[in-house]
This record gives sequence, C-alpha cells and structure tokens, in this order.
Amino acid sequence: MSEPLERRAILSGVGQSAIGRRLFRGDLDLTCEAALAAIADAGLQPDDIDGVAAYPGPMSGVPGFAGPGVYEVQDALGIDLRWHLSGLEGPAQISPIIHAALAVAAGLCRHALVYRTVTEASAAADTGRRGIGAGSAEISGFTAFFVPFGAMSAANWLALYARRHMHEFGTKREHLGIIAVTDRRHAGLNPQAIYRQPLTMEEYLSARMISDPFGLYDCDVPVDGSTAVVVSSAAVQRDLPHAAVRVNAVGTALRARPLWDQWEDLTTMAARDAAAHMWSRTELRPADVDTAQLYDGFSFLTLAWIEALGFCKRGESGPFVENGRIALGGELPLNTWGGQLSGGRLHGFGFVAEAVRQLRGECGERQVPNCEVAVVGVGGGPIAGCMLLTR
Amino acid sequence: MSTLPRPVPALEPHTAAFWRACRAGRLEFTHCLACDYLIHPSRPICPKCRGRRLDSVPVSGRARLYSYTVNHQAWYPGQAVPYVIGLVELVEQPGLRLMTNIVHCPLERVHIGMRLRVLFENVTDAVALPLFAPEEAS
Repeated sequence: MSEPLERRAILSGVGQSAIGRRLFRGDLDLTCEAALAAIADAGLQPDDIDGVAAYPGPMSGVPGFAGPGVYEVQDALGIDLRWHLSGLEGPAQISPIIHAALAVAAGLCRHALVYRTVTEASAAADTGRRGIGAGSAEISGFTAFFVPFGAMSAANWLALYARRHMHEFGTKREHLGIIAVTDRRHAGLNPQAIYRQPLTMEEYLSARMISDPFGLYDCDVPVDGSTAVVVSSAAVQRDLPHAAVRVNAVGTALRARPLWDQWEDLTTMAARDAAAHMWSRTELRPADVDTAQLYDGFSFLTLAWIEALGFCKRGESGPFVENGRIALGGELPLNTWGGQLSGGRLHGFGFVAEAVRQLRGECGERQVPNCEVAVVGVGGGPIAGCMLLTR
Repeated sequence: MSTLPRPVPALEPHTAAFWRACRAGRLEFTHCLACDYLIHPSRPICPKCRGRRLDSVPVSGRARLYSYTVNHQAWYPGQAVPYVIGLVELVEQPGLRLMTNIVHCPLERVHIGMRLRVLFENVTDAVALPLFAPEEAS
C-alpha cells in the first residue's frame, strides 16, 4: 500500500468558543472566538491561515444550525485564501476536516482553518424545539416522505434503526442507557460540559419518552458554540508548539442507497462503510485504539459506530458496553468529554477537539493514560465519516 | 399557543405521480421494464440495471412492519401525540419501504412483522397520504 495522502496532514491547533445554552451571541462572533483560539493554539497568526472550510455552509430554514459561511469568516478575519470549501453533502460533519487534510497534502494550502458553529439553543428560545418542516404548508425533497407522517426529527428516523436492532439482536434500553450514563460520568470531569450532575440508570429509564425507544436522555442537548481546528501540512510540524496530532487514515465510503428509509439493513448504517474504508487505509487495528470519540446525537448511534468500527461483532454492541468497558479506566474509554448527550450538540466537532486533546495529554482528570491512537466516528443513518488520529 | 398546519407533500416532478395515485386510491411505484425493479423514491433511471424504459405499476397495498416508533414529542404547537410512525416493507419487493403511520391499532399491539394493508387519507385535492392498518382490521 502506498502511503495514504492524508498522512501528510496534521491537526496543529484546536479551539472552542464559549459553549452554553442560550448564549445569545452571533454565530460569526462565536466562530471568530474559536478560530482565533485554534490559530493561537497552533502557534500561528491569522495571516498564516491560507485555507478555510466549514460544515455545512449557508442554509435557510434551519434556525441556528448552519453557522456562518466561509466567505463571512474569511472577510471577518481579513485573510487571503488559497483554498476554501463548504458543503452539506460529504462524509458527515467532519467532511471539511477530511478535505482540508487532502488540500494541505496536495499543497493547495498550508494551514486550513476548519470550523463548525451552532446556535441552535438560542434559535429555539422563543419557539421551543420544533420539528423539521414545522410551520411549512408544503414539504419538498426527501423529507416529503417523512414529515407529513409526523416523522419530523432524526429522533424518529433513528428510533426506527434502534428498534430494528433491538428486534434482531435483543439490544435493550439499558444498553442505550449505558451510553447516556457513561457520557454523563465523563462530562462530570469536563468543566466545559453542559450537564455535569451524575445521571443514574433509574433516572435514565424514567425520563419522558421522545420517540421510543429514545427518551429524553437518548437525545443530545442543543447548544450554542463553535469549534475550530487548524489542519496543517505535516511538513511544518517541527515549527509548531505542540506535538503534532497526525491524520493516520480517513474513511469516506458509502455503499448502499443513501436514504434513511431505503437503507438496505437498518441494523447497519453508513458508518459500516466509512469504517471499513478507514481500516483499509491503515496498518492499525481496532485493538490499537486507546480512545474512541463516537457520535451520539442519539445514544444508539454510538452502539452503531462500535459495531461499524469492529470493536465487537455485528449485533453485539449492547453486551459490549456492559461492565464499564467504555468508561474511563475501561478497555475502550469513549466520549470522554461527555459526548453530545452531556457535552452539547457541537455537531461532530466536539469529538475531534477531544481526540486532539487526549492525544496531546491535555485532559487532566479525564485523561486516557498513554493515549496514542484515537478514532473519531461521526454521523448517523446514511451519513458517516471517520478518522484515525495518532500522536 | 397557535396551532400550526400539518405539512403536506409538495408535488414535485419525480413525486407528483406517487401522491396523485394515492389520491385516486392506488399505491403505485415507478417500475423498470427491463428488470422489474420497483423504484422508490422515483428516479428517471433504474438504480439496479440503469434501464431507462420505465412505467408505473400498482401494488397490492399489503405490507409487513419492518420497524416502528411511538412518537410522544409534539414537534409543533397543537400536534396530537402519541402516534405510531411505522416503516413498512411492501410484499412485492424486499426493501421497498414506506415511512407511514400505523392506524386502527392499539399502541400495545403494534409489533415488527405484523401484516398490514394500506388505506388513504386525503389531505388536499391532489394528495393523499398512504397509511397502514392491521390486515385483519381492514
């Protein structure tokens, strides 16, 4: 195997804005705060940045979801670009990080700023949380087959996946609960997390239902916040203040009909394809992973990623997470920042920030000892992207 | 709090025939004349064989429940809950699925694998929604 091009990229800096419920600050303001922090963390100046990328780029009709566009950020920071990109379609929310790695590897730019910003909590302050299409008389596009039936949230769509997994493999609500309870335990060690009080299994099970089998604590918490990373050419790493976090392999494959309802087997997800693709690009194996940062927009997604990445066999993720295996101190400590369930819905990038910090050994009380290999898996249903990072 | 309307499917070039057929009381799908694959959502080409000669065919309306969820969360003011969102697999083709509501069935009797039959709820002059009820109830 020739060396995958993504190995010529490093994650040289990471930064986050204030993260909270209803900050009532503008998305560009939060993004600039995170961007300047990430650039400083990389030991760079804004003028060193010559690439900018974001997920998803400007969108209408989804309050607080999209964050500012690449042009707004370029203009606000007053920087010249050799490369830029945003887009909704791609290997999940980390798509712009993966593409930035390829851009620096190809020499299109040297230091790319990549960000994800959400203000969903403030955006819902006046209305409460509404479903997709709520308030529209007509609905078009792929959700026209879902929304008229009241399937107005990814909670509904993914509940169908979770229920099917339970039916075929005997997965229990308590297994979903282990994700929520473990995330919360980890959040208690992260001062930036949204929910830090311990959550018991009893509290988890007795919470109000959203879309069964998902109750309140199976669903991530909308927040305001921005996460930025600097993706740099590996050629510059000796000049930077931190030990480089290297991109070892990325996974971007999608091999079945990319539709929430027509996906061939709802006990799998696109994570299956992205993960297989990633492992095909590296000599490292699942047993080499020291920490996993696995998407938990809904608790079940973490189980799906555990299976997709081959930490256990298909259908066995429920029993796999029992007995503390995924908690700090266990065999596969995951979502050590609290995940989106307790750390806040930073939409994929919170996992990347944590993976970088774990690999650098900066996580204090929640540090995974001797952390050398981290995997980040992001997305759900027919959307997935993943990365293997090393120190 | 004001009540919001239930969103209705827009009639788009590739979907209008599906919704109009439902309004006429028929469940119809785009069909590949070369390989017999039923194509949903409709595409101008067959994803299985890339055939371009397509027509539209009615199906029996019989299905099995592939998965479901009981939704308890009101997604807009005035929405009545709970209700059952089902993902049904039509008997004509493995993997040919519709997201829908399971109606005329007590919540506790909904189960994966149950036999279902379509019925239609008119929502506009041009559009009806295909809903599913237990086969024995229809």
